[in-house]
Amino acid sequence: MALMLVLAIYFLLPLYFLIVAATKPQGDLASTNGLTFSNFQLFDNLHTLFTFNGGIFGRWILNTVVYAVLGAAVGTLISALCGYALAKFRFRGREFLFSVILGGVLVPSTALALPLFLLFSEVGVVNTYFAVFLPSIVSPFGVYLARIFANAAVPQELIESARLDGAGEFRTFFSVSFRLMSPALVTIFLFQFVGIWNNFFLPMVMLQKESLFPITLGLFSWNGQTARTPLLQESVIAGSLVSIVPVIIVFIVLQRFWRSGLAAGSLK
Amino acid sequence: MTDIATRPADAVSPPPRGRRRRPRLDVGGPRAGTIAAFLTPFFLPFVLFYLVPIGYALWQSFRVVRRSGGQYGTSYTTFGGFEQYVEVFQNQEFWSSIGRIGLFGVVQVPVMLFTALVMALLLDSPLLKLKGFFRITAFMPYAVPGVIAAIMWSYLYSPQLSPVVDLLNAIGLHPDFLGPGAVLWSAANVSTWLWTGYNMLIMFSALQSIPQELYEAARIDGAGNWTIAWRIKVPIIAPSIVMTTVFSIIGTLQLYSEPAVLRQISSNISSTFTPNMLAYTVAVGNNYQQAAAISVVIAVITFVLSFGFMRLTSKRAGL
Repeated sequence: MALMLVLAIYFLLPLYFLIVAATKPQGDLASTNGLTFSNFQLFDNLHTLFTFNGGIFGRWILNTVVYAVLGAAVGTLISALCGYALAKFRFRGREFLFSVILGGVLVPSTALALPLFLLFSEVGVVNTYFAVFLPSIVSPFGVYLARIFANAAVPQELIESARLDGAGEFRTFFSVSFRLMSPALVTIFLFQFVGIWNNFFLPMVMLQKESLFPITLGLFSWNGQTARTPLLQESVIAGSLVSIVPVIIVFIVLQRFWRSGLAAGSLK
Repeated sequence: MTDIATRPADAVSPPPRGRRRRPRLDVGGPRAGTIAAFLTPFFLPFVLFYLVPIGYALWQSFRVVRRSGGQYGTSYTTFGGFEQYVEVFQNQEFWSSIGRIGLFGVVQVPVMLFTALVMALLLDSPLLKLKGFFRITAFMPYAVPGVIAAIMWSYLYSPQLSPVVDLLNAIGLHPDFLGPGAVLWSAANVSTWLWTGYNMLIMFSALQSIPQELYEAARIDGAGNWTIAWRIKVPIIAPSIVMTTVFSIIGTLQLYSEPAVLRQISSNISSTFTPNMLAYTVAVGNNYQQAAAISVVIAVITFVLSFGFMRLTSKRAGL
């Protein structure tokens, strides 16, 4: 119990510090105790954050939402189709395709980013939304999970009776299987969403235009400027808080989904 | 196309080795075109954004830039065999970055996974209260992007701003979290903070799926809580522990955001601190072929280590 409390403090400390720091004027950051509140001006800080540099932070939020929500939605759909087909259809080369995908899980995504950059710069995709969006929709791990879930959640008899009723494979998938798999698909969506939301290396390699940045890259570049512009510190802190609160809320609300997903992932 | 195992053939031939013993209605499987339609939306981007870049990196890594007619001549790219790889392996900075990451992994991964395991076992025991709170608290960092986590911690490391440093100063300790010896461990701490709860939950989920009867049987045989934990629970969840280890190895070799952020406030992190940082720095310096060779080497090391670990443990544990 004591050990767990110590660990809980360890996990909460940076978050608590961030909340406290986000409410302070920049001058108080160094001069007052970091763990106690001083002059409360969270709303001023947020105002500065959202108006600085022509309100570019709002743009970064929008970009991140587009990359993460849309990317995870498309990614989940194509993973589900592929995983379902690998689980439920028998065809030659099935196991081979699956092991290629499993191999993909082991490829470090940062090792892919540089060659991708070179390829994209040859076809002129670098420095566009697509440069970050397109690679993000591919999730080998999502296919792996989708295959496990399809095996567990969709009885073969149901698919066959749908076939007997004359339903096409796509119709069966979208009206029967998709629904049965939906709790699992939420998990895949969540993991991919967090993966893209947290991604940093790929956007950093691909993007130069500030207006295309996701929050992570934006705050990183601001953080690099705080030595010259100390006032930016306040916006980095407030921006960090703004960037993590929505994800934490989503996680707390959707607890039962990701927990079941983790369980399935760990069982193999 | 002959790639669908059509049902009539199945019905005639005896079922291979006990598979599919139940007699089934013959309703026909999907046609090849349909299967392709299910697979293509994933495989097309998978090939374009996974396999092609891997192939491209390999191809690039075997090329070199040469100049015709001395230093100021026109440059051209040509096949260079293993030249780039020789250069990588002769690069002192490459070996330093590998050494650093190796040290990091050898310490950080066991510390993190052991903490995660102990937490998972505690969460699974009936003695602990406030389970929901502890579970959420530990998992929360997973929702925090690595860059943001590193920024948060860098404030806690900074001598001017940190309440932790203040506190330690007050009791007579004067830590320098950003010093040359410590900064690697400061980065390791950020990774540990980020991923312990995630790993804990994977292990905890596995623990939850163990049937309770097993414990009752062990208790009747006179096993205490400790014996049950280490002799029964841990071996049963070994596959999850292997999985978390493999993912941690991959994560360690990819290390980038944490040191990149700490570099913004510490002069003790070079631009070649980790293999990934080295690759990026070389690429920015316009030596793409060399950067490609470094990327390939990182990917190969990752593969060898993850596969090696899986093989090793699956043999020993008989999984």
